[in-house]
Amino acid sequence: MRELTYAAALSEGCVQAMERDPAIFVTGIAVDYPSGIFGTTDEALKRFGPSRVFDAPAMENALTGIAIGAAVMGKRPVIVHPRNDFMFLAFDQLINLAAKWRYMYGGRAGTVPMVVRAVIGKGWGQGATHSQSLQAPLAHFPGLKVLMPACPQDAKGLTLAALQDDSPVVILEHRSLYGLTGPVDEAPLPTPIGKARIAREGRDLTIVAASAMVVEALRAAEELAREGVSVEVVDVRTIRPLDTDTILTSIRKTGRLLVTDTSWAFCGLSAEVAAVASEKAFDALKGPVRRLAVADCPAPVSEPLEAAFYPRASTIARAVFAMLGKTSAAFDGIDAEDNFKGPY
Amino acid sequence: MDALTPDVKRRLYRSVFRLRRIEERLADLYREQTMRTPAHFGVGQEAVASGVCEALGARDVVYSHHRCHNHYLARGGKLAGLAAELYGRIDGCARGRGGSVHLTARDQGFIVSSAILGQTVAVACGSALAFRMDGVPGVAVSFFGEATCEEGVFYESLNYAAINRLPVLFVCENNLYSTESPLSVRQPAGTALTDRAAAFKVEAHQVDGNDVFEVWNAARHAVDSIRSGGGPVFLECMTYRWLEHVGPKFDHEAGRSYRSREELDHWIARCPVRHARERLLAEGLVSKAELDAWSDAVEQEIDDAVATARDSAWPDAADLFENVH
Repeated sequence: MRELTYAAALSEGCVQAMERDPAIFVTGIAVDYPSGIFGTTDEALKRFGPSRVFDAPAMENALTGIAIGAAVMGKRPVIVHPRNDFMFLAFDQLINLAAKWRYMYGGRAGTVPMVVRAVIGKGWGQGATHSQSLQAPLAHFPGLKVLMPACPQDAKGLTLAALQDDSPVVILEHRSLYGLTGPVDEAPLPTPIGKARIAREGRDLTIVAASAMVVEALRAAEELAREGVSVEVVDVRTIRPLDTDTILTSIRKTGRLLVTDTSWAFCGLSAEVAAVASEKAFDALKGPVRRLAVADCPAPVSEPLEAAFYPRASTIARAVFAMLGKTSAAFDGIDAEDNFKGPY
Repeated sequence: MDALTPDVKRRLYRSVFRLRRIEERLADLYREQTMRTPAHFGVGQEAVASGVCEALGARDVVYSHHRCHNHYLARGGKLAGLAAELYGRIDGCARGRGGSVHLTARDQGFIVSSAILGQTVAVACGSALAFRMDGVPGVAVSFFGEATCEEGVFYESLNYAAINRLPVLFVCENNLYSTESPLSVRQPAGTALTDRAAAFKVEAHQVDGNDVFEVWNAARHAVDSIRSGGGPVFLECMTYRWLEHVGPKFDHEAGRSYRSREELDHWIARCPVRHARERLLAEGLVSKAELDAWSDAVEQEIDDAVATARDSAWPDAADLFENVH
């Protein structure tokens, strides 16, 4: 199969969806700049022109409401936040209205088929307000679907799925994955929403991971295999609805669970997965569940602080070793080189 | 553009009278404590809803806020659907999921109301954008109270509508109070909300919101201008809420002191319903017998709708998750 970058896959998913559905349009700050949101909207602009891909003022809350108002009239808007953190400004419209629309009006006011794309920043000193990862607060509210593609195939497939769904869908994309390459179907094949992916099969321990942490988990799993440890990596792909069946099946198979997430552990996705394991697979667990998430402080800027803030493949590998009662191996050299070039 | 013909005047009077009687009787029933939903009654503010909604066409869409009964009804929402919603029944317009502040009558062009200030102002702009993109000559109407002009989303929306010359009619119902806070703590002295809209290059007019004929005239002009591509219009309609912010009582009944009895009496003397009726009578456009017949019809409609609502079934708890994505 041909390979694409994650960014090119996002773009292709959107373009193919727009070819089939004239109701789709893309808006948000900078979507029609030549840089095209890191190369994800420029092709759509080229193909469909400024009537379907157009810039917007800095007004995250109203823009979200405008998307709702267009969606209920039959359009299918895509709005883009180049950084997650700006979405806080849109929470009233997104959570108080879009998420509740279908339920709160008894199904009589139609549905809100809109897609919100938001990019998670990481590294290069992005800092406290350009690197947050909002899956936990978003997924907390019934009515939103929250997707986190971790590979190019799902970047395309989940984009296609979101653009066929009648509910409001948030896609959290990870900036550090934009350059990741991988096989991607040429045909417009949606990735099913609510279905996790076994990214690597294993026997000794299950790592449930989301987004960029899937890549870190796979790197750790490869090193652990050299040490004779067989790790299964579950890429959740969808935060809400969460595919608890796939997660529980894996836990029952391995008996051990480590959860790793791009955000904080407290009240987060990793807490939710740990709770699911405790409630529904307690008998299968051979030891305590372990969570690995970012440090419990705002994201710092300075390089050594940033390095201490984010868990990486080596952090995961060490944790797995500890969970299995092993101590000897050194995992210092396993982390991927950070080749991200600034500023953004 | 239609003129303010005798037929239009008669229609406008019947509309404000109907809204008044419905809200008064629903408020009376509300005292029985069987409508378990915070209700913001619109007694005193009928002329804004009637004047604007009677100026609209079938394609136009209406959005409203927490004090939404008048807009829902004036746009054609069914009274039985409102009453059943207040009683939490399955035949409520939102099947008992929305309550007083979350109404919908989509088929009649009343898309929704919602309780958060300014929320639907942006949504109306989005529907206007959809009209524009699809080449549909519709107008989106956003009703909101003057306190929404204190919310950021209002300015974001106004700005966007102005930049894109969207077909939106912004209808500000200025009833002088936000819950119990007077304008003096919310606006610098000398503020005119029309100036704020004008600063965004939006055509703005202030009208007597208790004069249904004046509201209709202003709305008719505005809608024609918007529909012909003239861009959004902001109407500030000066009016007054007679009852407490939320609930069925007069402030003095509830022991509230943020407004004086004299101020209320001043506004009751400017009652939009009586004003319209006296004008019809003075102009010889209606007879006493007709007024009585209209009144009887409205009372009968309310009797029937309330009976229907009370007979409606409760939602089944087994359907708690209905319409969850």
